[in-house]
Amino acid sequence: MTDLAHIRNFSIVAHIDHGKSTLADRLIQATNTVPDRDMKEQLLDAMDIERERGITIKANTVRIEYDALDGQSYVLNLIDTPGHVDFAYEVSRSMRAVEGSLLVVDSTQGVEAQTLANVYQAIDADHEIVPVFNKIDLPASDISRVAEQVEDVIGIDASGAIAVSAKTGEGIREVLEAIVHRLPAPTGDADAPLKAMLVDSWYDPYLGVVVLVRVMDGKMKKNDRVMFMQNGTVHQIDKIGVFRPKMQDVKELGPGEIGFITASIKQVRDTKVGDTITHEKKGCEKPLPGFNPSIPVVFCGLFPVDSAEFEDLRDAIEKLALNDASFSYEMETSAALGFGFRCGFLGLLHLEVVRDRLEREYDIELITTAPSVVYNIYMKDGTMQELHNPADMPDLTYVDHVEEPRIKATIMVPDEFLGDVLKLCQDRRGIQLDLTYAGSRAMVVYDLPLNEVVFDFYDRLKSVTKGYASFDYSIEGYRQDNLVKMQILVNDEPVDALSMMVHRDRAEMRGRAMCEKLKDLIPRHMFKIPIQAAIGGKVIARETLSALRKDVTAKCYGGDATRKKKLLEKQKAGKKKMRQFGKVEIPQEAFISALKMDG
Amino acid sequence: MTDNWREGGFGLYIHWPFCAAKCPYCDFNSHVSSQIVMADWQAAYLAELARYARETPNRVLSSVYFGGGTPSLMDPAVVGAVLDAVAGHWTPANDIEITLEANPSSVEAERFAGYAAAGVNRVSMGFQALNDGDLKALGRLHDVETALAALDVARSTFDRINFDLIYGRQDQSLEDWTAELQRAVGFEPDHLSLYQLTIEDGTAFGDRFARGKLRGLPDEDLSADMYFATQDICEDAGLLAYEVSNHAKPGQESRHNLIYWSAGDYIGIGPGAHGRLSLGGRRWSTWTELSPSKWLDQALKHNGEAGREALSRADQAGEYLMMGLRTTRGLDLDRYEAISGVPLDEMVLQDLVKNGYLNLNNRYLAPTRSGRAVLNAVIRELLPS
Repeated sequence: MTDLAHIRNFSIVAHIDHGKSTLADRLIQATNTVPDRDMKEQLLDAMDIERERGITIKANTVRIEYDALDGQSYVLNLIDTPGHVDFAYEVSRSMRAVEGSLLVVDSTQGVEAQTLANVYQAIDADHEIVPVFNKIDLPASDISRVAEQVEDVIGIDASGAIAVSAKTGEGIREVLEAIVHRLPAPTGDADAPLKAMLVDSWYDPYLGVVVLVRVMDGKMKKNDRVMFMQNGTVHQIDKIGVFRPKMQDVKELGPGEIGFITASIKQVRDTKVGDTITHEKKGCEKPLPGFNPSIPVVFCGLFPVDSAEFEDLRDAIEKLALNDASFSYEMETSAALGFGFRCGFLGLLHLEVVRDRLEREYDIELITTAPSVVYNIYMKDGTMQELHNPADMPDLTYVDHVEEPRIKATIMVPDEFLGDVLKLCQDRRGIQLDLTYAGSRAMVVYDLPLNEVVFDFYDRLKSVTKGYASFDYSIEGYRQDNLVKMQILVNDEPVDALSMMVHRDRAEMRGRAMCEKLKDLIPRHMFKIPIQAAIGGKVIARETLSALRKDVTAKCYGGDATRKKKLLEKQKAGKKKMRQFGKVEIPQEAFISALKMDG
Repeated sequence: MTDNWREGGFGLYIHWPFCAAKCPYCDFNSHVSSQIVMADWQAAYLAELARYARETPNRVLSSVYFGGGTPSLMDPAVVGAVLDAVAGHWTPANDIEITLEANPSSVEAERFAGYAAAGVNRVSMGFQALNDGDLKALGRLHDVETALAALDVARSTFDRINFDLIYGRQDQSLEDWTAELQRAVGFEPDHLSLYQLTIEDGTAFGDRFARGKLRGLPDEDLSADMYFATQDICEDAGLLAYEVSNHAKPGQESRHNLIYWSAGDYIGIGPGAHGRLSLGGRRWSTWTELSPSKWLDQALKHNGEAGREALSRADQAGEYLMMGLRTTRGLDLDRYEAISGVPLDEMVLQDLVKNGYLNLNNRYLAPTRSGRAVLNAVIRELLPS
């Protein structure tokens, strides 16, 4: 157990790519926490997907021991948090477990939307904040401009900012000193009854559920019987330790310390994040204030390409869900796609990450249906139902009105692209709430329907601003609007997996775009195929896919017979992989590609 | 079933694997080599002929075909020796067709008389294009003027002449092609092979295509327009389509190729050559070593065949379906059922007839003109799952 005065707990706040993971690597290296031979980049990002995409998905923790210039040794606990908006919830709970934050800003880029969203969470958690300006080794680095931005946009004092290059290691010692001398030590009472916060939990195939804890008061040690206050369950601690960043057992954890316990817990769902852990006997009386649970906001259907793989998909989803309590699923049957699951995600990135993991780690080819948000359907009989799947939209004669989720979107963008960004937001039914400037960068705040954002808003934003815009959002509640279900009919057969909710005023445009897209995505058949968009029974857009005109092998002689016959047989077998709608075969890419809009 | 092949006839294919240069579109087994010992090749061919003759006694031979590669690089004496041996091994049909593929160059034209004296009575010339720019792009060594001179020599030497053209070339418009084809039919050939350019894997064009560097190829609609224009022009000139890419004056169809398309028997000799032989109540697929030097070595030592395999009824039926539907005569359903044991799916068949892709006449199932243009799709529908 370390005494409180020698503990500092902190997190790092940064926009994606501003160098958070590299800075963490450098702090770990400078304090010899990990031997040089074990160092690799993005040390804390354990998953392949995290390394590949350069993003952090799960919060990670490392305990660093630092011999400061004052001759004393300190224990520094870093909780590395995800930077992406989908995982903002992980950020907020991690913030509550520490007392201070490093605000990392890329000195060649400046403040970005995610910097803002995350720094406000740190401010909300009453953190002491140390600004760190990174990438000073690059010629484009402009510290005074960034300092001005931090003061103007965020409103915190940037005079004590530390200039670093996480790449070269310059300024790293100053950062360590600032952590010790400028961040507050935690407070707590070692003699009081145990009160620990359940910060996070995940499933480990060897250890069962691992629980990340921050002790507030009291002490916990191996074999203690502890109670998770929210559901009153009692477990005996099997293993207690800290992350360096590998697991290392310790005797006990005391106030201000961050570490892990395992206690033969089988499911992540049994450990509610934000819960308070205390001793079974002589426990604390009042739990810590809990967190709001994360709620899935984007839903889509996941179906195996090969319907024989349904059971494999079920196993894979159950295993993934063991480790990701924020992801929900229930079985779904589609007339077109057979058996699959309707899954809920925190956002589009979360959706992509889960889909990638299912395909990659479990080797299941998937068809992903149109992402949808959760609509509140108010019926004429006064009841309300949540609609997760547009295919389930009740008959309009029973519906009084429909409400959709709205978001508050913050976008930071260089001046020159502002016009394009405003147009994009207007096109997506946005309502401008604010527009301010910091130097040559504009910050716009929009009230937008979430369903206009889930498909491809971020892609479009990146493309119209050549990648210079940054974007963040928070869910702001529900509002009524004129929303209808649009169906797609291929060769006069409705394809339920392509049904979507759209605003009535935009239905024709969306319908036309969908029909045009599908015309390109569906291969020509031996007959012509009408592709229609319809609301209720009324067709609002139509395209016709011409019949196949030319597909013949020019040369076929004696020596070709075996090979060319095999090729035709293979093509015939390949057709079976496509989904059959009446007489039409639709390739799986069509389901997701059809939804991406170009304008 | 044993004698089913008789309906298609019996032919002999001889592969000569060498070319003066490799064309960028060609995926045939062809090689450029400066060390060719004609005597060795002759000995190897003769050994193989004798071996196959022992397996197929008392048969009447309808056709011999020298393909390649560029067989017009062969010494006429080798061709003569092969044909003399053939005449000793099998009874030639009265109207036996003996074809040799030739490049239309002046050097090769000089050998035409020698081939004719050896017994060749039909020549198939690889013109490929009638403009010098495109010939160059296709990697051909001749120009149009030389080709036309070679054609004149061929006409005065052989009874029957075919020439090949490739269309759907890079940046070729419909008008370019129809004008070129009009000029070609103006030469009054009795047979034309007109192939749409196909990009094959493992060729120079295939590599360029995969890297996105082969531009200006026609899209499906232009391809279809070119194909149908080709049918019109040939029909007007009295050159009837008897197969997907082949057109002939009545009676001038290639007997040899019809053996392939009507599931006849054929011996395949030479590197990479394939054969189909009905022997002892089974139908065998034979194949040979691809590498010229390896094949030569094996053929001289013992046996040029690298392997053979008895085809299942389903495989035989599938081949007959795929090959037979290429012809305007079509697929003999009775024969198909005799081979397969299982008739084609009646529903699928009727659907294709109803949609105008197939005609059914006296138990012959033949593609219509639009059916022939999408034959791969038609065959995929009909192939048993």
